[in-house]
Amino acid sequence: MPSPAYHAPDTVKQATDLLAANKGARPLAGGTDLIVQMQSGRSAPAAIVDLKRIAALKEIREEAGYFAIGAAVPCTSLKNNKALAAEWPGVVEAANLIGSVQVRNRATMAGNLCNASPAADSVPALVAAGATAIVAGASGEREVPVEQIPTGPGRTSLADGEFVTEIRIPRQQKGSSDAYLRSIPRTEMDIAVVGAGASLTIDASGTCTSARIAIGAVAPTVLLVEDAGKALVGSKLDDGAVAKAMEAVSTACNPIDDKRGTIAYRKAMAGVLAKRVIQIARERAGGN
Amino acid sequence: MNAPEPKDAFKVVGTRPIRPDGVDKVTGKAIFGTDYKAANMLAGAIVRCPHPHARIKSIDTSKAEAVAGVKAVVTGADFPSVEDTIVRMGETSASTVDMAQNVMARDVAYYDGHPVAAVAAISQEAADEAAALIVVEYEQLPYHIDINESFKLDAPAINPNLKATGLAEGEKVSPNVTTKFPYAKGDADAALAGAAATVTAHYTLKPVHQGYIEPHACVVSWKPDGKIDIWCSSQGAFNIRGLTASFLHVDIGSIRVMPLEIGGGFGGKNSVYLEPVAALLSKKSGRPVRLLMSRSDVFRASGPAPGAEIDVTLGADAQGNLVGAKVEFVYSAGAFRGTDAMPGVMHAICHYKVPDFSLIGWEVLTNMPKHAAYRAPGAPQVNFAVECALNELADKLGIDPIEIRLKNAVGPGDPGMMGAPLGNVGLIECLEAAKAHPHYTAPLGEGQARAVACGSWMNYGGPSTASVSLAEDGSVLVATGSPDIGGSRASMAIMASETLGVPYEQINVVVADTSSVGFSMVTGGSRTTYATGIAVIDAANAVIDICKQRAAKMLDVDVSTIEWIDGEAVETGNGKRLSLRQIAEKSGATGGPISFEKGVSPLQHLPGYSAQICDVEVDRETGNVSVVRYTVVQDVGRAIHPAYVEGQMQGGAVQGIGWALNEAYIYNKDGRLDNAGFLDYRIPVASDMPMIDTVMIEKANPGHPYGVKGVGEVPIVPPLAAVATAVGNAIGKRMRDLPISPERVYAALNEG
Repeated sequence: MPSPAYHAPDTVKQATDLLAANKGARPLAGGTDLIVQMQSGRSAPAAIVDLKRIAALKEIREEAGYFAIGAAVPCTSLKNNKALAAEWPGVVEAANLIGSVQVRNRATMAGNLCNASPAADSVPALVAAGATAIVAGASGEREVPVEQIPTGPGRTSLADGEFVTEIRIPRQQKGSSDAYLRSIPRTEMDIAVVGAGASLTIDASGTCTSARIAIGAVAPTVLLVEDAGKALVGSKLDDGAVAKAMEAVSTACNPIDDKRGTIAYRKAMAGVLAKRVIQIARERAGGN
Repeated sequence: MNAPEPKDAFKVVGTRPIRPDGVDKVTGKAIFGTDYKAANMLAGAIVRCPHPHARIKSIDTSKAEAVAGVKAVVTGADFPSVEDTIVRMGETSASTVDMAQNVMARDVAYYDGHPVAAVAAISQEAADEAAALIVVEYEQLPYHIDINESFKLDAPAINPNLKATGLAEGEKVSPNVTTKFPYAKGDADAALAGAAATVTAHYTLKPVHQGYIEPHACVVSWKPDGKIDIWCSSQGAFNIRGLTASFLHVDIGSIRVMPLEIGGGFGGKNSVYLEPVAALLSKKSGRPVRLLMSRSDVFRASGPAPGAEIDVTLGADAQGNLVGAKVEFVYSAGAFRGTDAMPGVMHAICHYKVPDFSLIGWEVLTNMPKHAAYRAPGAPQVNFAVECALNELADKLGIDPIEIRLKNAVGPGDPGMMGAPLGNVGLIECLEAAKAHPHYTAPLGEGQARAVACGSWMNYGGPSTASVSLAEDGSVLVATGSPDIGGSRASMAIMASETLGVPYEQINVVVADTSSVGFSMVTGGSRTTYATGIAVIDAANAVIDICKQRAAKMLDVDVSTIEWIDGEAVETGNGKRLSLRQIAEKSGATGGPISFEKGVSPLQHLPGYSAQICDVEVDRETGNVSVVRYTVVQDVGRAIHPAYVEGQMQGGAVQGIGWALNEAYIYNKDGRLDNAGFLDYRIPVASDMPMIDTVMIEKANPGHPYGVKGVGEVPIVPPLAAVATAVGNAIGKRMRDLPISPERVYAALNEG
């Protein structure tokens, strides 16, 4: 079994050139999915292009309109950026539910997104946050909503030679916050049976002016449930509005029966978690 | 029989020194099974059957043999035939013959993961590549994963040659029944008919794995002179030696097993899986061969403990005194006969005084890995059913669950497991301590509930050997044949220190190889501190006798004038002292090096008991269960090293809690194991657990010089019923099926 070639470029341009020149090459960020897949024989890339030497991809930049999180930033580092943790506590918490402490010291949100697991913990939070991904390739860069990156379990919309260089999350408005929760049988070191993220904005009167609800592990990709958001906007997040949002979430679910959960349980939990993340985001938004 | 000394008399027993193997383990210096490497070693790979039951029509190894770097390929055809093994082993050979076929399938593969061929090559990559090129043609056969399917009268036979034991004359049963074990006294039906209250219920459990962190691994060298060296981690190097010798038809003395550090076993490393295969690969290639299991291999092909279907009826009078019990269970065995039905029957109700009872234990084959012992093997399953039923009965009668247990608990002199009177046992003290514990009356929070359960384990003694010798400077060296799983080197050092009167730090304990110390049974059955401890104490006392003789010689006095005080020979009368060092330094001139090896086989072990209190909190919207407080009370005999005793109590409870809440073998529709990894086989993680409080009841065993009873197994017995009853109390339903996953709790909360 030939070992794959290993490349460690210093710039995004070098990385896209290497990916273009090596058919079957895979970009490597934290490697917490790719290396496990290689060891178990599920993936055998011809070459590896390690992104961790590219300085620009190892930073979190605070721009005027958005946070830019480089593709090589480990999940643990997100907690150290005070502004990000204050504005998007749900995103930071979601990314810090992945695997174990040791895994999160390596794993990245861009990798979590591009691994395209429907159960990826950071993705529902990113989708609820309205995050975008910057995709680099031979023909330059493009910006894509994160929900458009995964197209099914293990599949993405990235063309050959493309990779995600950074994730952008908008700066939070006043009266806004977010939350993410997942259902697992244990307390940690597990994979979501269902995940739900919410991002809300509430005005001075207590009326919800924007809401995005996203759910994971209940369909081939993470879903943005627009009807759930619509049920909340204009309401004071009263029980009736929240019940409508829960209903919309359960209806949007298209889960499978497997060893981790049944269809019925997943649909029910999607609703319960949606209710809880709406409550948490609402409490957090009140303080902002 | 020596009466145990009062506790105050001990200097070292009951202290908590650092374990001798501790620094090596926390600094990564300890050599575990997967760490060992030999010069010129080849890497091995095993081909495993992907079907639950299949006839092997042909195996084509030609492509594998052509891979560059491949040095040997073996299949079942390379092993001595099963018929030869039967001839060689005689009538007691059943389990050996089974194990020989479990190690490598012959004509039929019996489960997903059953080895069918193996390869050795100069690199792991080459071995893996060659293994993937071995072409096995299978004819798939009917299979059973489910106990009830396998137990049906007209079920297809998994092994047509199977002969059930324990059946009545002419009794018609499923062809997959391996054992029926009935045990009865009086007339249970009549007694139950006269009961003031009865509870009848059915309980189920899935097979669960022992979950040790270290996968199985070995290096074997079959040398040109016919001698075989084996380096491996196991619960018994002598067991590996004996079984490998019988599978390969070689003399026991030609095999030498070097025990490596063991990263958990819990009964699952009493078995042999890899060593005979690596031996044949080594014989063919002429080089040492290493075989390792992946985590997936460990789940697919080792362990698990039996799943069970259990029917229980308990009856009591109005005061809560049990008047009768009927228990009938069916345990799965995996692909070959097992051993858990008898201990299941023995531990079903033996902790209570029940005048009339009928107990029947069945065991059936299933197309799963050959089941292996798991911490108190056979006891937790049946105890789960009986203790849950007793909690129901207490509720029905309006009696406190500890009170009903106190009314029925056995004490010294009561009939034990199979009728013989019990010795100095401490169940009643455990229950009284649980009742008095602040936990039992602490207020409960919203969504929380509490339950108790108790249980027993027989413990064991049996053969062990230890040697004690003095180095030239008087350092004390202790060698045993017992692998150190739970701190046994520390316990042996403490007992040697106590006996010799020499500080703990001066005692050096090793786990010796099979050619360097006499036979010792496995570290299992909670037997090591008891039996091997007696060997160490006896050998140390013999060394004292030798030292006294040497001192008499050195002082030119009669040995009767020498006393042994605080590690020194003291001449009575004038008080002249000779230290161990002085005696050892002169040993060459006084009769030779000082050492003594002692083999023992004590059977004055006593059963252990545990009573446990569990608080849970249930999230009623999701069904998630949190264990919020947990207390283990246990009759431990004398605690030689209390910290390691408490560790056993906590570890057993945690494994039992995991069994109750989330652990289970899950098979897919094709009969393949669907959760062969720690992601989807969910043992508890640290954050799932509260601090497990421990209360040691030290009721000494008069059959051990320092009062030792076994402690390792009984703590896993009560948690299943304690957790299940507590969850049931929290949601107002009876939880009779394990595991109690969030989804099951949610379903129970939302059913009609």
